Amino acid sequence: MSVDIATIKRVATLSRIHVEPAALPGLAQEINAILGWIEQLSEVDTTGVEPMAGGGATALRWRADVVTDGGQAEAILANAPDREGEYFGVPKVVE
Amino acid sequence: MRPTDLSLAQARLALDARQISARELTQAYLDAIAALNPRLNAYITVTAEAALTAADAADTKLAAGQGGPLEGIPLGIKDLFCTAGTRTTAASRILGDFTPPYESTITRQLLRDGAVFLGKLNLDEFAMGSSNATSAFGPVENPWSRRNDPDTRLVPGGSSGGSAAAVAARIALGATATDTGGSIRQPAAFCGVAGIKPTYGRCSRFGVVAFASSLDQAGPIARDVMDCAVLLRSMSGFDPQDSTSVDMAVPDFAAAVGRGVRGMRIGIPREYRMAGMPAEIEALWSQGIAWLRDAGASIVDVSLPHTKYALPTYYIVAPAEASSNLARYDGVRFGARVAGADLTELYEKTRAAGFGAEVKRRIMIGTYVLSAGYYDAYYLKAQQVRALIKRDFDLAWAQCDALLTPATPSAAFGLDEKQDDPVAMYLNDIFTVTANLAGLPGMAVPAGLDGQGLPLGLQIIGRPFDEEGVFAVAGTVERAAGFSARPGVIA
Repeated sequence: MSVDIATIKRVATLSRIHVEPAALPGLAQEINAILGWIEQLSEVDTTGVEPMAGGGATALRWRADVVTDGGQAEAILANAPDREGEYFGVPKVVE
Repeated sequence: MRPTDLSLAQARLALDARQISARELTQAYLDAIAALNPRLNAYITVTAEAALTAADAADTKLAAGQGGPLEGIPLGIKDLFCTAGTRTTAASRILGDFTPPYESTITRQLLRDGAVFLGKLNLDEFAMGSSNATSAFGPVENPWSRRNDPDTRLVPGGSSGGSAAAVAARIALGATATDTGGSIRQPAAFCGVAGIKPTYGRCSRFGVVAFASSLDQAGPIARDVMDCAVLLRSMSGFDPQDSTSVDMAVPDFAAAVGRGVRGMRIGIPREYRMAGMPAEIEALWSQGIAWLRDAGASIVDVSLPHTKYALPTYYIVAPAEASSNLARYDGVRFGARVAGADLTELYEKTRAAGFGAEVKRRIMIGTYVLSAGYYDAYYLKAQQVRALIKRDFDLAWAQCDALLTPATPSAAFGLDEKQDDPVAMYLNDIFTVTANLAGLPGMAVPAGLDGQGLPLGLQIIGRPFDEEGVFAVAGTVERAAGFSARPGVIA
């Protein structure tokens, strides 16, 4: 599966990463080299193999669905690049 | 003997006997950092004042006989661990001056046990790399150099390059590190020090900047096997704040270091004998096998047939998880921001400016393999192959108790080598990545030198939660190897 420029552009958009048009061909080439190398997985017979999702052997633990924390607005906003009172500041979203 | 000559275990005894104060020990390390860090670039941030304050507090506790297991021990912290009040960068521009308001569980436990933090150690950006060259704060230099080519600057490995270089050059007595595909073991091997990635779930990931959550696991890098055992004990343990943390007792790892391997069955995976493997690596591996046989272990030939598919599997699973984990860096809640006309443009410009080339590449590969139409062909396939890789190990454990392999396919390489070809760089992790995919403990131990005088390491892989078995084998290898060589750049 070779990735063309249009696909790379779409992936960049999905990734929310701006890529200069001039950089697209180089990026496509790099990503194709990696995907070409990954392609060897297709030779493995995985019929009926249950996919392994997590890193551990044990099932994820459940926890009680309760509030355990709160009232931390200042700590949470302390690193904000822009804030308005107790809110994160962003460019206008609603016209 | 100078204070920086003491191993962690020796420093513990000297501190307890009040032969040296925590302040003297910490000051010796701060002096060494001041002298060597401008060259090595192992630290991104040095917290000298806080370290001396902590050392004084440790001295007070030691004088009162109330010292913890790490009281007064000066450590470096990989800059992927959130440290309350100290800037945490993940070696990325995108985090800007992010200063966590909270402490990672691992660093909190180290502080609980009395450790003194010297500062934050350099790494590959978001722990993505095998040479420390992707750091936004510049590369780290390996304190070792080639005997007949001393001017070529070598990489310390990665991603925990700062941790390994700092321990090797003795500008930290020990260090925290993380390992997603080999990021503890490969740099430890390149720098002639010891490092262990424990079983997935042994150490809490809470407060550790996430790369690939099903593979990430923290562990120590230290001067020798015993020092790793002491540090790992403090770092380990159940944490309700990490849903993958396992509620299991933490053994006294140090007690296992001297246990020996008599009666143990050591598996030698035949698929790790790669075509084109350098003769020196092959010879070191044979030597390691002989050491363990001489120490009373039985050697078993085992097969891990899906080994060759481990790296391609990793390069689907890890970028996929990374593309999701790194979605949080949006320029809104923390970190650097580049202004945009609207919110989408703000995201796209912030991420374009904030992430380095390798990180962008991996986010885009991850996004691609998870995207509609490709998910089954790539991501699902990789998860299935991952299951087969894990099954290979499960079957091997019927025949053996631990595995012995080389740690890396080569010694440390030059800073300018391998940087243009991502796949060539990825091959560094060929022997280490399987333990991450299967969630197993793995340890690198320095075992010899190559013809250029550079350190080479052996790797021990153990059963799930059998770090004690790993330490028993590693201790035996260490005693047999008697590795005493030192790098050219050292405090």
